[in-house]
Formats: sequence, C-alpha cells, structure tokens
Amino acid sequence: MSISNKIKKMLGLKSESAEEVKEMKKPKIGYIHLSGCTGCLMSLTENYDLLADLLDMVEIVYGHTLVDVWEMPEMDLALVEGSVCIQDEHSVEELMEAREKADLLCALGSCAMTGGFTRYARGGQQAQPSHESFLPISELVKVDLAIPGCPPSPEIIAKTLTAYIKEDMDYLKPLMDLPKHNELCGCDLQNEVVNKALCCGCGSCAMACQTRAIEMVNGRPEINTNRCIKCGVCYVHCPRTWWPEEQIKSELEL
Amino acid sequence: MVLGKYVEAVAAKCKDKEIQKVSQDGGVVSGLLIYALEEGIIEGAVVSKVTDEPWKPQPHIATTRDEILAAAGTKYTMCPNVWMIKEATRQYGIEKLGIVGVPCQIGAVRKMQTYPFGARFVPDKIKLIVGIYCMENFPYSSLETFVSEKMNLSLDIVDKMDIGKGKFWAYTVDETATIPLKETHGYEQSSCKVCNDYTAELADISTGSVGTPDGWSTVLTRTKFGDKLFKEAVEVGMFETKPIEEVKPGLGLLKKLAKQKKERAEKTIEERKKLGLPVP
Repeated sequence: MSISNKIKKMLGLKSESAEEVKEMKKPKIGYIHLSGCTGCLMSLTENYDLLADLLDMVEIVYGHTLVDVWEMPEMDLALVEGSVCIQDEHSVEELMEAREKADLLCALGSCAMTGGFTRYARGGQQAQPSHESFLPISELVKVDLAIPGCPPSPEIIAKTLTAYIKEDMDYLKPLMDLPKHNELCGCDLQNEVVNKALCCGCGSCAMACQTRAIEMVNGRPEINTNRCIKCGVCYVHCPRTWWPEEQIKSELEL
Repeated sequence: MVLGKYVEAVAAKCKDKEIQKVSQDGGVVSGLLIYALEEGIIEGAVVSKVTDEPWKPQPHIATTRDEILAAAGTKYTMCPNVWMIKEATRQYGIEKLGIVGVPCQIGAVRKMQTYPFGARFVPDKIKLIVGIYCMENFPYSSLETFVSEKMNLSLDIVDKMDIGKGKFWAYTVDETATIPLKETHGYEQSSCKVCNDYTAELADISTGSVGTPDGWSTVLTRTKFGDKLFKEAVEVGMFETKPIEEVKPGLGLLKKLAKQKKERAEKTIEERKKLGLPVP
C-alpha cells in the first residue's frame, strides 16, 4: 500500500490511487507561535507513525520550533497557536504579518480560537506586569478555520491537514464556521443547548471536557465554572450545536 | 430510507437462558456484548446500570459477563453513556471498547469519531457500537410521576418497565400496571422532539422490540463489521433467528414508527425556526 493510501486508511478517509495524490502540489505551511504552550504542536507530533507521512505531504516553511527561518515567507496555510497579547507589539505584528502572507489562516487550539485559559490573564506579573490582555486571534484578524481543543487531538489535526491537502471542503466546512465562536465556555451548554431545549443528555460534553469540569446530573450537564478553561470543546462536541450528518455517513458508508 | 441504511433485518432471540431471564426483549444487546467480550473483540463496554436510586441508571464500564448482565433491561430515563467513553479508554485502559446507546448517543459517538477535537486517542478504541431504538426519553421525575403518582406503585418494587401496544407498563412480582401512553405525553424530555432517528441509524448493529413478538428483537445490521459480528454470533449459537418477513408485526410497524418520528422532528424544527430558535 502506498504511503498516501496508508494515511487515508488510518484517517478513515476514502483512498484514491497513489498517482493522483503524488500529483498534488505540496502546500507551504507555516507555524506561528503566539501566547501558546507548544501543546498544540506536541499534539501534531503525537501522530507518531503517521507524522513522517504527514510532514512529507506538506512543506514546512516557517515555525520557530520547526525550521531555522527568520523571515516569514509566503504561506498557503498558517497554523496559529496561542492567543495574542495586545501589549506585546511583536506578537501583534507577527499575527498581522501572518495574515498578510498566508492564503489561509487557521486558529490551531483553543487559545488561538477562544483565548482558552489566557482569558483569565490580568497582568501584574514579572517581568512584564503590563502584559494583561490576551485575545483570540479572530479579534484582530480574519480567521479562515479553527480547530479547538486544549490541545486539539492528534487525530483532528491529521484529519484537517489531510482534508486541506485533498481540498476536501465538505470536511473542512464546519471548521470554517468555528472561528466566529470565539467566546466559548462551559456556560454555552446551559445557554445554547439546555436553555434552547436541545440537550438530550448524551454526555458528550462531559466526555470531551479536558479538565473534568462537567458532570452529568439528572441527564444534564452541570458546569464547575472554576475548572472551566474556556476551551470550547464541550460546545463543539455536542451533537446538538452542529450536526455533520453527511460527513459521518460518507465516512461510515452508511 | 426511513430505517437508515442496513445490510440485513432479522428477528432474533438470545438462546442463553441466563440472558433471557434479565433481558428486556430478545437479549440481543447483552448477547452481542457478551459474545464480543468472550471472543476478545472488545475488552469492555459502556452500559447503563442502575445503582443507588431505583430505576436511575448511571453509565457503567462493564468488563465481565456478570457486569453486562447486571445492566440488562430498559431504563426509561437519561443515562449519559458517552460521558464514560474517555474514562474507559484512559482510567480503565480499554483498547477495544463497546458502547450501547440510544440514537442521539450513537450520533454523538459518530460525530466524535468524525471530528475528534478533544478526544485524543479515543476514536480508534471504539470497536463496537450497539444502538437501541428510541422514540423518546423521560427525565427521572417523569418516571416517578408515572409509577408513583399515576400507578400508585413504589419505584423500589418495580421489576420491569416497558412501552408497547399504546401503553406504559410497570411490572412487580405480583402485579402488572399500565397507563395509556397518551398520559405520558408532555413528560418527555423536549429535545427528543427534534430527533429524527428512531432506529439508531449510525450504529454497527441496531436492535429493539418493535416489529417482533414478545421475547424477540428486531435486529438491523448496518456496517460491514456489525453484520459480520452478528452473523458469527448466530453461527456459534448465541442467537436464534427468523426471517423478519415471517414474524408479526414485522418491518411495517417499525417503518411506520420511524416515519412518525421523522415527521414529528420535521414539524418541531419548522416550529422552532418560526420562533427563531436554533435547530441541530
């Protein structure tokens, strides 16, 4: 089996002939590291066996932990990890530059998409007590797609990259709708699902929560707001906030 | 396709006497899980088990035949099984997991497999998804209302509950009580009204009581894997089967109810849109 077909098989995607994949041009990908923890990048590498194949399908042209390049080049896709500290002019500039130089800009991880736990930042710490305001990147620039998670799973990163390389717009569509939700937190389950008579008590939110801030009580989520880090995965995993029926059916052949 | 896509529909009944004793209908869910467990196809399964309060289920990670048997039987209130999937793959270290659920839960699992944002190394560990037909579900207090207030029975002494033939049934050791199903209307969890999946269309195998006589279940095998697994279980003698065409009332009734549920969802969704409420 060819590498590309192997990748597809592992990702549960329909396989095509190896020749077809070989002909696709390798997209130039940049990795922009703002106020993040490198956990999202670590998560990409946690694709283990698949990683070499995955990296072979793209060309990494920028990224401080990845390549020794100081000038930001033109990119087909920029993955942005971390929120942006607006008191840090370099961060703001780097984000602006990425937006200008990238064809597509992707908020990778909850910090970039929703601010994540940096929403709780309030300054007053050495060595930069004035660094207090951290925003999801969509507050400053247009974001084309977002992959929430703290960190996003290795699988979703691999699936997204593969879909991007294959120009599988059907798969990417929900991710393109996500950047507009940049204020997600556990409270959304109450406001957007329970209050809207949509909660069916399945427990996906509690399963997805990465800090165990959600408990199911009498078939409804109960949020421990002191544990919530505003990553938004409870909201995106809920089958009642958006429902990718066609995509599920095509992957399962059902 | 009002029943979703499926490979085969049959009537089935588990031949294992111990399973028959505790199962709601034909013992298909318990039989399948036990077969899969004993064959090493799964190492454990998320099931719904009653613990402290009578008839109030909690998701439970069953890793033995006895634990699966302890979870048999329908509980007509929400049990957030999806919650325990990550727990099963992490704390329990289960590499091959089975899960049982009603259609909305199966849908949630499939969505998580398709878009696993916060579910690192979970999707690949789910090996078997068994779906149960579901028309609607009830908050726990609704059950208390039916059994304690309308039937004057204590939930503690009820051995079995059932919905069928237009009635809600409660059985105790020496009594059978019913209320007309229309008396339960208005007590459903309201989100069930936007659900258009009656037969767990996204499961590997779906099963339920409608379509077959008492003590039997209607089985729809859906994925290639589900179809193969069920046929193997039949072959080794776990289940007795009959062609669905030979039993009454058969697929006709199943299709009718599935269609009703879809129409109700369509109507509710239209009403919600008029009110400016979000729809899934």
